[in-house]
Amino acid sequence: MQYLTSTQIKSLERTANEIRQSIIEMLAEAGSGHTAGPLGMTDVFTLLYFALLKHDPANPNWADRDRLILSNGHICPVLYATMAHAGYFPVEELMTLRKFGTRLQGHPHREALPGIENSSGPLGSGLSQAVGMAIADRMDNPYTSKFFYCLTGDGELQEGQIWEAAMLAGKEKLHNLIVIVDRNGFQIDGYTQDVMPMEPLAEKWESFGFDVQEVDGHSMRALNDAIGKAQAVYSQPSVILAHTIGSKGVDVFERDFRWHGNPPGKGPEDRVPKSEQAKVALEKLRTLAGMIDKDTIS
Amino acid sequence: MFADHISETIKNGGEVQRVATRDGFGEGLLEAGKRDDQVVALCCDLTESTKTHLFANQFPERFVQIGVAEQNLASVGSGMAAMGKIPFITSYAMFSPGRNWEQIRTTIAYNNANVKIVGSHAGVSVGPDGATHQAIEDMAIMRAVPNMIVIAPCDVHEARKVTLAAAKHDGPIYFRLGRSGSPVVTTEETPFEIGKAQLMFTRDHAMERKVGIVSTGSLLHSSLMAAHELQMAGIGASVLHMATIKPLDTEALAAFAADHDALVTVEEHQVIGGLGSAVAEFLSETNPTKIARIGIQDQFGQSGEPDELIAHYGMDVPSIVAAGKRVLE
Repeated sequence: MQYLTSTQIKSLERTANEIRQSIIEMLAEAGSGHTAGPLGMTDVFTLLYFALLKHDPANPNWADRDRLILSNGHICPVLYATMAHAGYFPVEELMTLRKFGTRLQGHPHREALPGIENSSGPLGSGLSQAVGMAIADRMDNPYTSKFFYCLTGDGELQEGQIWEAAMLAGKEKLHNLIVIVDRNGFQIDGYTQDVMPMEPLAEKWESFGFDVQEVDGHSMRALNDAIGKAQAVYSQPSVILAHTIGSKGVDVFERDFRWHGNPPGKGPEDRVPKSEQAKVALEKLRTLAGMIDKDTIS
Repeated sequence: MFADHISETIKNGGEVQRVATRDGFGEGLLEAGKRDDQVVALCCDLTESTKTHLFANQFPERFVQIGVAEQNLASVGSGMAAMGKIPFITSYAMFSPGRNWEQIRTTIAYNNANVKIVGSHAGVSVGPDGATHQAIEDMAIMRAVPNMIVIAPCDVHEARKVTLAAAKHDGPIYFRLGRSGSPVVTTEETPFEIGKAQLMFTRDHAMERKVGIVSTGSLLHSSLMAAHELQMAGIGASVLHMATIKPLDTEALAAFAADHDALVTVEEHQVIGGLGSAVAEFLSETNPTKIARIGIQDQFGQSGEPDELIAHYGMDVPSIVAAGKRVLE
């Protein structure tokens, strides 16, 4: 397992904050898209791209790279923003999100942007693709050191196909597969517990043959430890239920399912008027919700 | 007159051999697997029925048993293709591409993934299993998807060649197979190329009235018999076999249409969205031609014996002959 020093963690947290700012800016510019999921999963993406993934932004098709398979494609603003900050393409290109001719399609398109492993959007098919990749890789390299990280939503787990894929992953004992579930507890229509209860979720995965861990999805150290442990599990696939806060980082948007499918400027108005939403969000991020004086940070 | 590459038995009017196209697929897949170790097969609990077992028995390490989960089948195939494999995903056409259309669209076609979708038990000739298992919309739903090639082989030899050609082609392909024996019309030597139509029967040029029959899949034999009968009745008739219905061989079709007064399209599929639609769409824009479409007329199938059902739904030789005469009126 890779150990992270507190300096490294501070640096990752700073990067995550910059990525969150990019997410707010690109969504505000696009005028549509999802806010809660991308902000909620920024810490996971940052840790993966800046500390854990074997990858090379200058050579996105490098055969021996780890694969990151995003299953819930609607949170792609965090994927794009993280990739840009990691050096896959210029950060300025983020402002083309969802616009005509862009490589940053409203939902990811593998053929459009190098570094995207799978097209996604319709929910539930990413895990199957990750399972297929993991099986294929093991056929060629029985002692593979590659990992296949599949990121899914929690509402997405209501898709039957997820469990078809989980069944196969369990049967095949895919130790090279690590699923990370964004367990933020809500989906477009409301809280998952109301729309379609998911619990007991850990037991569900366990019964399909997975090693299950539950972690704080915003603690770099806890996430790093969990992923390290998942990498060390050799006899079965792993799932990490990352408990996240939707819209994490912007306290006035946090934990509110109405931010699932709206960009800043079109979200619920009871706390921040629409016209102020992007500005307030950026200020909250730059000052860490008022904890630091924005003038003192560079 | 029969084309040179038609089997001698057919030319001589001998007793026609009947072999299921799925058998040709099974042999072709095994052969493709021997030629290229990147070929893999996935199946949903129908390994023997789809004849995938020939490959699975020979190459168990390159076979993935998916269980009864066709949505997973499509996307696991896509994932394997992303790692450089050449996956053949097999099931009954009713379930794949029937049940998993969106997975095929998003994870195979949109990704332009090198996956071969093999739908067995297509058409009403599935027989006694009845309407739930008779895929008669499969070509329509696959034809509408960008990047997808759609093929209906006519017999066991062509099915084998389609399989080998699919393994060599880089990109998504759907092809359909039949459960019951299809008349063997071609030979092992008959050429096959993806996207190329083949003239199988040429009209008697002395006859004044001339009808062109365009067929796909296993109704080629009935089309040939119908052409023969039409000629006996004094109508010049030709048969163009279009195994590939997408991309449509528009060059061959344009020439064929220009050489006949009217056309009859023949397919064991709904007349909505399949070969008849493809032909009509192209010709209505280029050379408006009167067309009679033989196929299922917006109905469901039912239980019965294959020949009985083919006749009931108006796809047998007398129906094609009648359509040939009617379309010239």
